[in-house]
Amino acid sequence: MADLRINLAGIASPNPFWLASAPPTNTGYQVQRAFEAGWGGAVWKTLGDPIINTSSRFAAVHFNGQRVAGFNNIELITDRPLEVNLKEIYETKKRFPNHAVIASLMVEPSREKWHEIVKQVEAVGVDGLELNFGCPHGMAERGMGAASGQQPDLVEAQTMWAKEAAQTPVIVKLTPNITDITATAKAATRGGADAISLINTINSLAGVDLDSWLTIPHVGGKGAHGGYCGPAVKPIALNMVAECARNPQVNIPISGIGGISNWRDAVEFMLMGATGVQVCTAAMHHGFSIVEDMIDGLNNYLDDKGLSSAMELIGKSVSRYSDWGDLDLNYQVVARIHEEECIVCNKCHIACEDTSHQCIERHTDEGGRAYLKVREEDCVGCNLCSIVCPVEGAISMVEVPSSAMPMSWNERQEAIAGIGGEGNAKSSAREAV
Amino acid sequence: MGIAFISEQTLRRNFAEVKAGMKRKEAVDESNRCLYCYDAPCMTACPTGINIPSFIKKIASGNLKGSARTIMDANPVGATCSRVCPTEELCEGACVLNHSSTPIRIGDLQRYATDWAIHNEQMLFSAGQSNGKRVAIIGGGPAGLSAARELARFGFAVTVFEAKEQAGGLDTYGIVSFRLPQEVSLWEVEQVRQLGVDIRTNAKVGADVSIEQLRREYDAIVLAIGMSKVPSLGIEGETLDGVFDAIDFVESTKTAVRTDIAGKRVAVIGAGNTAIDAATCSVRLGAMNVKIVYRRSAAEMTAYAFEYDFAKQDGVEFQWLTAPARIIGNAKGHVTALECIMMELEKTEEGRARPVPIPRSTFKLEVDAVILAIGQTRHLPLIEQLGIAHKRGIVTVDESSYQTSDPQIFAAGDVVFGEGQGEAMVVSAAQQGKKAAYAIYKQLIKLQEESA
Repeated sequence: MADLRINLAGIASPNPFWLASAPPTNTGYQVQRAFEAGWGGAVWKTLGDPIINTSSRFAAVHFNGQRVAGFNNIELITDRPLEVNLKEIYETKKRFPNHAVIASLMVEPSREKWHEIVKQVEAVGVDGLELNFGCPHGMAERGMGAASGQQPDLVEAQTMWAKEAAQTPVIVKLTPNITDITATAKAATRGGADAISLINTINSLAGVDLDSWLTIPHVGGKGAHGGYCGPAVKPIALNMVAECARNPQVNIPISGIGGISNWRDAVEFMLMGATGVQVCTAAMHHGFSIVEDMIDGLNNYLDDKGLSSAMELIGKSVSRYSDWGDLDLNYQVVARIHEEECIVCNKCHIACEDTSHQCIERHTDEGGRAYLKVREEDCVGCNLCSIVCPVEGAISMVEVPSSAMPMSWNERQEAIAGIGGEGNAKSSAREAV
Repeated sequence: MGIAFISEQTLRRNFAEVKAGMKRKEAVDESNRCLYCYDAPCMTACPTGINIPSFIKKIASGNLKGSARTIMDANPVGATCSRVCPTEELCEGACVLNHSSTPIRIGDLQRYATDWAIHNEQMLFSAGQSNGKRVAIIGGGPAGLSAARELARFGFAVTVFEAKEQAGGLDTYGIVSFRLPQEVSLWEVEQVRQLGVDIRTNAKVGADVSIEQLRREYDAIVLAIGMSKVPSLGIEGETLDGVFDAIDFVESTKTAVRTDIAGKRVAVIGAGNTAIDAATCSVRLGAMNVKIVYRRSAAEMTAYAFEYDFAKQDGVEFQWLTAPARIIGNAKGHVTALECIMMELEKTEEGRARPVPIPRSTFKLEVDAVILAIGQTRHLPLIEQLGIAHKRGIVTVDESSYQTSDPQIFAAGDVVFGEGQGEAMVVSAAQQGKKAAYAIYKQLIKLQEESA
């Protein structure tokens, strides 16, 4: 049994699994049920001025029979009075002193407002604060949430204001609705944030009804963009976490969020630099009990890897993530089809023939049996065939020796510059970047 | 009749497990189809209360060790049950997808996860810290093993007294290999042994060890001796050469191959689980023709629907409303025919329809072997020696604690089945063993601690 405890910027938690600030953490009743089920921490649904919400709030994207591949919401922050939330936070923390209770906060961008709310929530015993600079709808129109989260100077200033009053660690939650996530991550760091959490939801429209031509969801016949989350956003979130983790100017811990549904997803985020993870959609789909397999699966995984603590995972894959310009242009893989596993569905052939490099041939042997074969000399190693293949182990991508020495784009440009014609090489390198 | 030959190789192939395990993709696809219901009806339908949605979700997430542990935690013979449980009457029958699609293949998924644990030699549990108390378990079948496993986890020093050469009881000896290979049951035995449980085989209580000794040396006793031999039919010719007890017959095929049934005509008397096993076993031993002879009709037989289907697919013939009247032998004392009489069903006020012979309807079936599968007798002498209350060998127990009339003795499994008490399934035996263990823990540890 490994030690699953984590410590994120001074916030201790019995395991890396927290509920994200969202509908599951709306009340003390819910958060306490979650802790009973095994969740290590919870970020309370964002506190702020009482909000009027809409009815008809969520929508989901189902994919080929699997429900909730993606999830979209237009719900706003808490619709309960601050005093009620504060009382329930106090009671929850008292009942679960070893679990992490984080207050998510959103106020107008003013120093006084930030000081005021920080003092109020710290007085009831929270373990940390999460500044919500991410919510993409409703609040943004009032200059809060993503509206301030998209401007690095506002992120920096507000983080600073919160820090001036804060006694507990401050986590800044980032919006992905921005071109370069590291711009706001760096701003949060400059503002004195103790950690960042990402990603918040991505601007989205879940769908349009083919009969009524109304948006999904609609509120009395009208729709507006919502925030997208769930399994579909995981790769976007993982990249953003990794970009922050490998940026030397963002040298603070990360709480990973975005499509995490099971222990495997959590391990990926931790390997890419997250100290812990936050979950919402998976809990909304299946209930709090999903954390049981998250804990059990992570435990068994750590045992299998011979690791004694979950903290040992953090950042282990970060150094393997770099820029395209640093990739070895002479590295070569090719597809290899294992006939004994292949079921001859021909999906690899048609994928390659129609949409890639036309190098998977269809043959028939002497016995009249159909089989497929890769013309390796023409294979560019794109992986498409192995992606569309429905049978595990039928196609593997194997490394083939390269006659050339390893050479990246950047090295190539440097080498060209070194042998003269400097002007040209430099300018083309600049264009490529 | 000429001498039929069946090669040992053919026999081995015939006795290999019929049903293939799920392939990885099959298991992953199926596990992702599970809805992960809350307060799931499959769980309620499982006598041992396995957290089925949880073990299935763990297959989907690739946490196979956790999946096997979830199964075996609730059911110490969960690998056996994945193969022999009447799932369509239990978990799969309760699956909510029966209404809108097809139920999740829970039994097959359970086998997939436990097979993984077997092949990867996983040790799933550990013994509890010693509590200083000792428990003797008489009988190492599913009920006894289940009680032993739970007691060991509570920290009891447990000794299992098993009369046979190997523990596992019915799971090891009484279910045909092509449905349940012996190594599955022996793995479950090993899981219990690895918790430090002392399993003494070839140890018959009353003969090799005295009841007085058990009473003296152990704080509690769990009686899990199951049932005994098939009773006599009370007809002429039962001692002829070629008449077999179905339990002994199935057992003889578990560890060795037998060639004496090849080419023979076999009649199996009875239509319960063991009758089906004896009949399909005979087919696989190369019998020329196998008939099940039953005095009631298909509607009244106690075999499960899936067993009936399995037997029909194996080519077993069913002779309904037929009762054996006499077994006829030749000069050498060997069976040559079974004389039968046709029956009709008479409605009764309560319970099953009663078969009544139709006058002048006797006929003869030419057979070379007759296998009796008409139920099992009880280990009456041992039960009497223990001096506990019973009804015709069915030990009377408190329905929640499984305590007998003697407070030191608890009983679980087939020994308490009958007269409206208990269930005859392996899975029920496992649950009763657990309950007896919890009651012993409560009586000897918890209540002592509370009053201290």
